Amino acid sequence: MKGTSRPPILRCRDVHRSLGHAENRSDILNGIDMKIEASQVCAIAGPSGCGKSTLLYLFGLLDRPDEGSIWLNECEVSTAHDVFRTRLRNEHIGFVFQFHFLLPAFTAIENVMIPMKKAGRMRHEQMQNRASALLDDIGLAGKTHRQINQLSGGEQQRVAIARALANNPSLLLADEPTGNLDFQTSETVFSQLYDLAKDRGAAVLLVTHNHELSSRCDRTFQMRDGRFMDA
Amino acid sequence: METKLWISLRFILEKRKSFLMSLTGTVFGVTFFIVTQAQTAGFERFFIETIIGTNGALRIQDKYQDTIRSLSADSQNSDSGFNISMRRGKRYISGIQYPKRVAEAIREFRNVTAVSEVVTGNVEINTGQKKHGGEIYGINLQDHLEVSRLASQIVFGSLNDFRNDAAGVLIGRRLAERLLTEVGDSLALTAADQSRRFKISAIYETGVSDIDKVRLFLHQPGARSLLKRPFGASFLQVNLADIDRAPQDAEHMSSVIGHLTVSWQEREKTWLEAFKFLRISAAITVSTIILISGLGMFNTLAIIVMEKRREIAILRSIGYTREDVSSIFLLQGLLILVLGIILGWLCAAGLTFAISRIPIHIRGVFSTDYFPVYWSAAHYIAAAAVAFIVVLTASYLPARKAARFEPAEIIRGTAI
Repeated sequence: MKGTSRPPILRCRDVHRSLGHAENRSDILNGIDMKIEASQVCAIAGPSGCGKSTLLYLFGLLDRPDEGSIWLNECEVSTAHDVFRTRLRNEHIGFVFQFHFLLPAFTAIENVMIPMKKAGRMRHEQMQNRASALLDDIGLAGKTHRQINQLSGGEQQRVAIARALANNPSLLLADEPTGNLDFQTSETVFSQLYDLAKDRGAAVLLVTHNHELSSRCDRTFQMRDGRFMDA
Repeated sequence: METKLWISLRFILEKRKSFLMSLTGTVFGVTFFIVTQAQTAGFERFFIETIIGTNGALRIQDKYQDTIRSLSADSQNSDSGFNISMRRGKRYISGIQYPKRVAEAIREFRNVTAVSEVVTGNVEINTGQKKHGGEIYGINLQDHLEVSRLASQIVFGSLNDFRNDAAGVLIGRRLAERLLTEVGDSLALTAADQSRRFKISAIYETGVSDIDKVRLFLHQPGARSLLKRPFGASFLQVNLADIDRAPQDAEHMSSVIGHLTVSWQEREKTWLEAFKFLRISAAITVSTIILISGLGMFNTLAIIVMEKRREIAILRSIGYTREDVSSIFLLQGLLILVLGIILGWLCAAGLTFAISRIPIHIRGVFSTDYFPVYWSAAHYIAAAAVAFIVVLTASYLPARKAARFEPAEIIRGTAI
């Protein structure tokens, strides 16, 4: 981890999360502490079911911890109001899901424009130009107006990355972004995530099983049974 | 709103079948609501026009005098020093003794536009071949034309022939058919032990068979002579500028002139109640249909929301609020509502017009050769209001459910 005096983009302390009810309840996260700074690319690695995705959802403000605190840009967000957290998701967080999670009723460029439309910072033409540029950056220049189901798995994942970057987030979270991709496409997607993070100064946190990819990150958090191994 | 509408439209286009089903239900509901109201109100209006055009908006009849019983009843009901006359327990004196004076007093009422003095009596009609009972109406033609639609009810012959012939008679179509007579034929009328001959100047048809089979119009002098009633009148038929005010005017006139005054609403109460019942019954039936289609729509939208859980989670994860998600699904309902109302209105207008052209032959309470329909903006507004309540309720519940979904739960569920 590179030493820096800049405040972290993301920080959490003693985060706990359980899922299920009554006798089916199981502890997924058991006291997570971590921080990520700007331009850092970090990975969370670990066996299936160790709590990687659950932690990512908490950082993506899609879920709330049972205990502990999460700070985004030094603002405590774990207990914040739903409307505030929703605005943060739109303006400060980009999320790439394992299964793309694109809206099939829209074209590639429209999928990228949807978060921009919610933010409402740009005019329609500006949004179109930015979405085109983002898709161009990840090699989908000729497929911007294709419906989602007319794109391959790798192309869909790249559209999802472009969408995650749409509002220029300070935190980019990716859950197994290369999990369903072949080696070559995985390489391309990772390189793009890495380069885009470095170029835009965002913090990137990705969950992966791929040791090759995690070894290329600035830092890798090894996770087991809801805890970081190096904690 | 523009973005939410855009997303809403795309979701609709993705689920065209479900959307069309919901839209069809709304269109049918709105259409049938309006059409049934147009029909029932059409019959009611037609009946009212016929009956007012024949028997007038108001009739001033017998004179009444308070009796000890009626005065005591009035005193019991009054806390003040005033006694307001009540109809029950009064003594009635048949007819109007001084019709000219009463007519003058009635004309002072602002709502009154015309008054016609009528002398009535039962007669026996003899054509030489057939005999039949009848009721003569002795009228001053010009006065009576101003309180009735007699001029437009002439189906054979000419009103001018009647005007110019002191021994002329106007007879109802059903009566003419029964007597096998036609215009130009003469007939003898017998009453009060005397008989006189009259010539049929014209045949009228009010459409009300109870009238058309018994009533004959004579010039008043002829009628008075036949009935041996040189003075007075049986009743005054009154026309009003605003017929809806007839009950209030009747009550007021009755207290001022001391004669029984009956409004058309009171006179035709039985029929009006029947029409009202029919109209409410039709509205309830069609509202039930709209409600059922609303339930179908609720079902469809609820299924769409369940099927769109993944999309809802995506929208929430990229920054769309619960209100945004709820609005997207409410907008779907709103689109169905707006389109349903517009298309329903158009279909209803077309269907109402088509129904008004259907030839039917009704002879009874009134007579018509085409389906009477009544065009009223109120029907269209009421149908839109019912659709508004049902469709938005059907949309609101699924929309609220959509807003409640937790994105992490859906994503976790989808990922497993």
